[in-house]
Formats: sequence, structure tokens, C-alpha cells
Amino acid sequence: MAPPAEVLAVRGLSKTFPGVRALDDVDLTLHAGEIHALIGENGAGKSTLIKLLTGVYRPDAGEIVFQGRKVSFATPLEAQKAGISTIYQEVNLIPLLSVARNLFLGREPRNRFGLLDMGRMNREAEQTLSTYGVRVDVRRPLRTLGVGAQQMVALARAVATEARVVVMDEPTSSLEPREVETLFSVIRGLRDAGIAVVYVSHRLDELYAVCSTVTVLRDGRRVHRGRLADLDRLSLVSTMLGRDLGEVREEGLTKFTGEHGAADAEPVLTASDLTVPHKLHGVSLSIRPGEVVGLGGLLGSGRTETAKTIAGALPARSGGVTVAGVPLRAGSTPAAIRAGISLLPEDRKSEGIVPGLSVRENIALAALPRLSRFGLVSEARVDSVVDTFIERLRIKASSPHQKVGELSGGNQQKVLLARWLAMNPKVLLLDEPTRGIDVGAKAEVQKLVDELAADGLGVLLISSDLEELIEGSDRVVVLKDGAVVGELTGDDVTEDKLMRTIAGNDPARDAGKEAAVDG
Amino acid sequence: MAEAALRTAPLDRTRLVQWLQTYGVYAGVAALLVVNTVITPRFLTTENFRTQAVQVAPVIIVALGMALVIGTEGVDLSVGAVMALAASVTALYLGYGLLPSLLVVALFAAGVGLANGALVAFVGVQPIVATLALMVGGRGLALVLLPQLKDLRNPSLASLGSGDVLGVPYLILIAAALALLVAFVVRRTTFGRQLLAIGDSRPAAQLAGLPVRPVLIIVYVVCALLAAVAGVLATARLQASDPTSLGNLMELSAITAVVVGGTPLTGGRVNIGGTVAGAVLIQLLTATLIKHDLPPSWTQIAQAIVIVAAVYAARGRGKR
Repeated sequence: MAPPAEVLAVRGLSKTFPGVRALDDVDLTLHAGEIHALIGENGAGKSTLIKLLTGVYRPDAGEIVFQGRKVSFATPLEAQKAGISTIYQEVNLIPLLSVARNLFLGREPRNRFGLLDMGRMNREAEQTLSTYGVRVDVRRPLRTLGVGAQQMVALARAVATEARVVVMDEPTSSLEPREVETLFSVIRGLRDAGIAVVYVSHRLDELYAVCSTVTVLRDGRRVHRGRLADLDRLSLVSTMLGRDLGEVREEGLTKFTGEHGAADAEPVLTASDLTVPHKLHGVSLSIRPGEVVGLGGLLGSGRTETAKTIAGALPARSGGVTVAGVPLRAGSTPAAIRAGISLLPEDRKSEGIVPGLSVRENIALAALPRLSRFGLVSEARVDSVVDTFIERLRIKASSPHQKVGELSGGNQQKVLLARWLAMNPKVLLLDEPTRGIDVGAKAEVQKLVDELAADGLGVLLISSDLEELIEGSDRVVVLKDGAVVGELTGDDVTEDKLMRTIAGNDPARDAGKEAAVDG
Repeated sequence: MAEAALRTAPLDRTRLVQWLQTYGVYAGVAALLVVNTVITPRFLTTENFRTQAVQVAPVIIVALGMALVIGTEGVDLSVGAVMALAASVTALYLGYGLLPSLLVVALFAAGVGLANGALVAFVGVQPIVATLALMVGGRGLALVLLPQLKDLRNPSLASLGSGDVLGVPYLILIAAALALLVAFVVRRTTFGRQLLAIGDSRPAAQLAGLPVRPVLIIVYVVCALLAAVAGVLATARLQASDPTSLGNLMELSAITAVVVGGTPLTGGRVNIGGTVAGAVLIQLLTATLIKHDLPPSWTQIAQAIVIVAAVYAARGRGKR
């Protein structure tokens, strides 16, 4: 068998932004039918490399050879036409157009009058999408689909356009496990069709499941390339972090240390019978000071809604929340914040940070009234709070005046934590606190959560990362379809038990007939 | 060596664009001043400067409010109508004295602002639509109250319009004081910071517990009040109430001043110094062309070029 053809070769690519050497002399080679993992911490240069490949940025130096020809794409469209398609972390489709229209955008089938052939478009769209495991009415507006299904539409669209190289930037960040499986089978199909795939992800499981080769970037340089199978997980992580192997092994993959919280203390937060039409059906839970309560369940099980309802951001039809025994006015974010509840929202970019404002303004945002006198902001008090938290949370920014939108995901998350810690909260609701942030920052955030719980805060932790949920939580409340279906405590907090509870085994029976199930 | 060139070239260009975004409008004003000094006879006279400043003062005052609204990712089309309303109401209540009539004007303006703000903050109507309704309705109301031009003979009003302190007209002093006040509010107060945060990301501001609705309402009320101030001052200068034409197209002049001054329409940033300079730039441009006997159509084309240039400079802000 002849060796597969080289589709894309990148040599000596460099890119500098004001003050940052984002990419420094990086090489990358892709062959037909290769699934290539591109990994590195945030800020390592992955996004820059992708944007150079797809014509978003122009390189300062180096060359890109695509299918034997030296190319220089001026726009992403040019790259796409040439055969390099990209699927971004955020879905970039048009929410108000129908699913079928989105799928065929720019290459719609026409009838003999030159008008859109909607019938054919819908039929073909339905067919195409069913191979991706998406069965929906393709005439509905795209925005009515779940994020996972939207991602599949984006993928189907990217692949349908005669792509030779498909770049996927964290394609699974909003997918459910079942959807991830479908995605993998689609990716393998692409490989068998001779398409080269660049796969970017922070999830090691996924890399090992589909990728054959790997390039590791660190600080804008390529620090490793080779077959993925030759590199075990710990070596991969240590290459990525540039840390000693022994150090990583010793500290484990997550930074949680385990138990805290007194089992007999009065709960700092109770939520009882929270009901939101179509979303929550009588969710109750309680959190004691110093306790980390995990909230498990699949996408759409009501985890985010539970957190938002407790924080007053989602109006509940019935049910109530008390903080340290005092009932909370429902449906008011300011009231919840005054009572000491802080929510780190799932969608950090659009609901968390205020991207155009500085690190300093973002940290001080919620606490502004406390840092002001007669409506005038006391700059000195703001500075002292901001300096304290930048140091305590080790926020990496060029200065407190840097825009938050320019920071890496991990540092943005730390800025949000700082914003809330400045309010001296009693309860922290963390919705996917480590999603989309690099391994190093992830470890730091996990460690912080641990420290905060040790200081007596009550923490509600939502995470799709089972490892994180299990290691981080003292107790896990499991949701399914907007209702509590089980609670794992003590030694029962294991990945296996959690999976079975999520999958819908009767938790009572699970607890009672443990031996029978295990044996 | 080539390396060094590669490193510095993009830097310099970025710096240039950034410099233009920040200081472009001031450079434009300076350039016009220099050009006029050379080519326009009797340009460098106190009289000329006073005329220009008196003409631009109402635009500046309206633009200040507009800048705040645009900072919240909104826009207020009703400012011209509020000016007309202020003119009619002043005429109607001037019989009770200047101060009482000004109070009634303030009430009417606050009412328009409240309506705008409530439509935007509570009903969730897009600002352009909400204020369009008030733009049409407000001028209608102004004409119902006072159907045609009316001469006003009130010495206090007259002195407000044409009086001065040490040769500086009240109009200019008031506009300058308001500009300083608004700049101070934006920079130093809790309200100012919250306004910017809401404009940059409303969902984030909401989840951070900011009083989003009150802030929005106050912004629209302040904008209407500023427009009313401009309306009263313009009426005082005319010594006549003219609800038919007063404030016509003022919303566009104000938006132009704000945009040319470097405040992006996407919200989250308010540049007061730039807004004032933007209004002055347009004023000087118009005056220059008029003084050299070019037809008004040329003025409009020149304005268009300035707007396009400002938008082009701002374009670089969104991307890198």
C-alpha cells in the first residue's frame, strides 16, 4: 500500500500579536485519512494556528502547502472553498433560518425557475442529518434545536462542502455522551473517505478514542509530535504542561483533595420543591457550610436551571430557597446576591464576563455599590480589592487594565470567581467551572474550590466531567428530566454508581442490592 | 533583521489605527482650524468663534445624552421631538414665569424618557423602535400644544439665550458644564460603570446583580432631559417657539457626533471628549464650506465622508 498522500504541510509558521509571540516556528503535516490531535494549554497557540490555516489571520513568517501548492488564504471563505473546513467551538450558523436552509446555505438547490427548491432541500437535509444521528423537523428554525444538534448541523455542513481537511475546535464541548459517540463515528467515516481531520480538545478520553497522531504546542512552539499511542496520558499531560512526570502522577489528574464539611451542621442553603414549567419538577436539595454538593445528570436534565433558579435568574412557579434559614425573595438576582448566593454561569463568555471592560472593572462589578460612597466609586478601595484577588487567585493579565475578553478561558473564570469572592458569599453555585479551560488552570480552579469549601462556603458543583464531579463532591445529587432521581453519599460517590443513577436504575434498589449488582 | 522588521511593522500599524481611533477626531478639528486660519478671512476672530460655539452648543448637549444611550447599546431617535416639545411647553407656561415653565418642561421630558426607558427595559422593545414611536408621537404632541410658531417676549428667557459672562455666552457655559458633569458621571460613579457593563453584556450584568432596568430607565430620562435643555436654549436664542422645525434631524446630528467621536454603536464604551469634538468637527466643516460659498449639498457630502472615515477607523476595534 502506498503511503497516504500529504494533504497539508505547514512549515515554520510564526505569528506575533502586540506584545505576544503567539506562534513561533511551528510545523505541522497532515496525511489523507489521518486524525490528528492538536493539543496544548490555553494560550499555547492552538487557536492561532487554526486561524492561520483557515485564513482568519495571515502568518508573519512560514508557509502553508495545501495539496502540493503553496497557499495563502485571505478569508475563511477562501480556505473553505479550497477544501479546509472548520467547526468552531461556538456554533456559527444562523439561528433564525431553518435547519435545512442552514445546511445548504450558499449552495441551495434550485428548481428550473432558478428559485429555491425547498422540497428537495428539506428531503436531502433530512437524509444527511439522519446519518449524523439527528432526527428533527428540518423546517424548524435552527435555534429551536439543542446545542448538540446544532453542532451536528454545523459538522454536516462543513463536511458537505468537498472538504479535504476538517478542523474541529473542541467539537464536543456541548455534546452529550451519546452525541459524542455519533460524532466519533462520523469522524471515522471522514477518515475512511481520505479526509484529514485536525481534532482539538481538552478531553483526553476523546483524543485517545479517535486520534492516531498528535502535535503538542506549548507557549507558541511545537514541543512534541508523533503517534498518540506512543504517549500515555500522564506523559501527554506533562508534555503539555511542561511539568515533571512524577509531579503530575503524585498530584493526580484533578486537584480535589476530598472530604470536608461537618455532616451535622445546619444547611446554609436549602432549595425545596423548585418547579419551573417544562424545566424543573420539584427539585429539592440542601448544602451545608463547607460542603461541596455535586449536581449530576445529562445535558438538559435541569442542572443549569436548578442553579439559575436558586440564584433568582429563572422565575420559579413554586418552591422556595432559604439561605441560613432565611427565606429568599424568589426570582430576583439582586436579592439572591445580597443573601450571599453567587452563580458562576455555564456560558462564561456571554453571561459571565463583560468582555470589553478591564479585569479591574470586571472584578469590581458586583461589589461596586460597596466600594462606593454616595454613588462615587472609591478607586482606592477598588484597587485594593482587585490587587488582593489578582494575587490570591493568581490571575494572569498584563495589567489590571487589560480587557477581560483578551484573557484565556481559565483566567476569565478566575476573574469571575474574584468578582463573587469580593462579595463574601455564603454559597457558590459553580456551573461547569472548568469547561473549556486548560489543564493547568483547571487544576488551579479545582484547588480553589477545595480551599473555599474548607473556609466554610457551601458549594454546588455542576460538571459534565465525571472525574471532576466524583473527586470534587462530598455528595452528589442526580437529576434526570428536571427531577431528583438519586443522591450519592459517602462511599457511594463513585463513577460507576453515578453512571447507573444517571442511566436510570432505581437508586433505592441500587443501594439495597449493591452486592447483587456488583457480583 | 528581517525578523525585527516583521515584528515591528504590524505593531506600528496597529498603533497608528489605535491612535486614529483615540485622537483622530481631535486631529480633524485641529486640521480644520489650521486650514481655516490660512484660507478663511476673519476666521481667527472672537466673534466667529462665539458664533460657531453658540451654534454647536445645543448639538453637544443632545449628543451627551445620546452618547449615554448608545453606551447601553441603544439609540434615542426622540431627542429632536423632545426639543420641539420643550419649545411648545416653554411657550405655553412662560406666562407663569421662566422657572415654573422650565419645571413643566422637565416634567414633560422626563415623561418621554420614562416612556422610552420603560418600553426598552420592561417591555423589551428594541430601542430604535421604542424611540421611533416617541419621535413621531412627541412632535405630534408638541404641535397639538402649539400649532405654529410663536414669538416669545420674556426678558429672562432672552437673557438666557443671548446673555454672557465675561464675553462667554451662557449657552457655551451650560454646554461645557454639562459635558464635564456627564464625563464625571461616566468615569467616576457607580452608575457610569454599571451603564458601561450593561451596554457591553446585558446578560452578564443581569447575572452579576446589577440594577439593569433602573439604569436603563435613568439613561433614557437623562437623555430626554438633556434634549429638553437644548430645546429651551435654542428657543431662548430664537426668542420664538418653533415646534414645527426645531430639532428636526437633531437625532442624526447627535448620533453623528457620538459616532465620529469614537463611541461604538455596540455599547460598552462612552467617549464624552470625543463626542464634543465630533460635534465641533461637523460644525467647523459645515461652517468652512458655507463660508466658501459651497452649496449645502456639498456640506452633506463632506459630512458623509467624515462619518465613513470614523466608521472605518472604528472598524479595527472589533477585530485584531
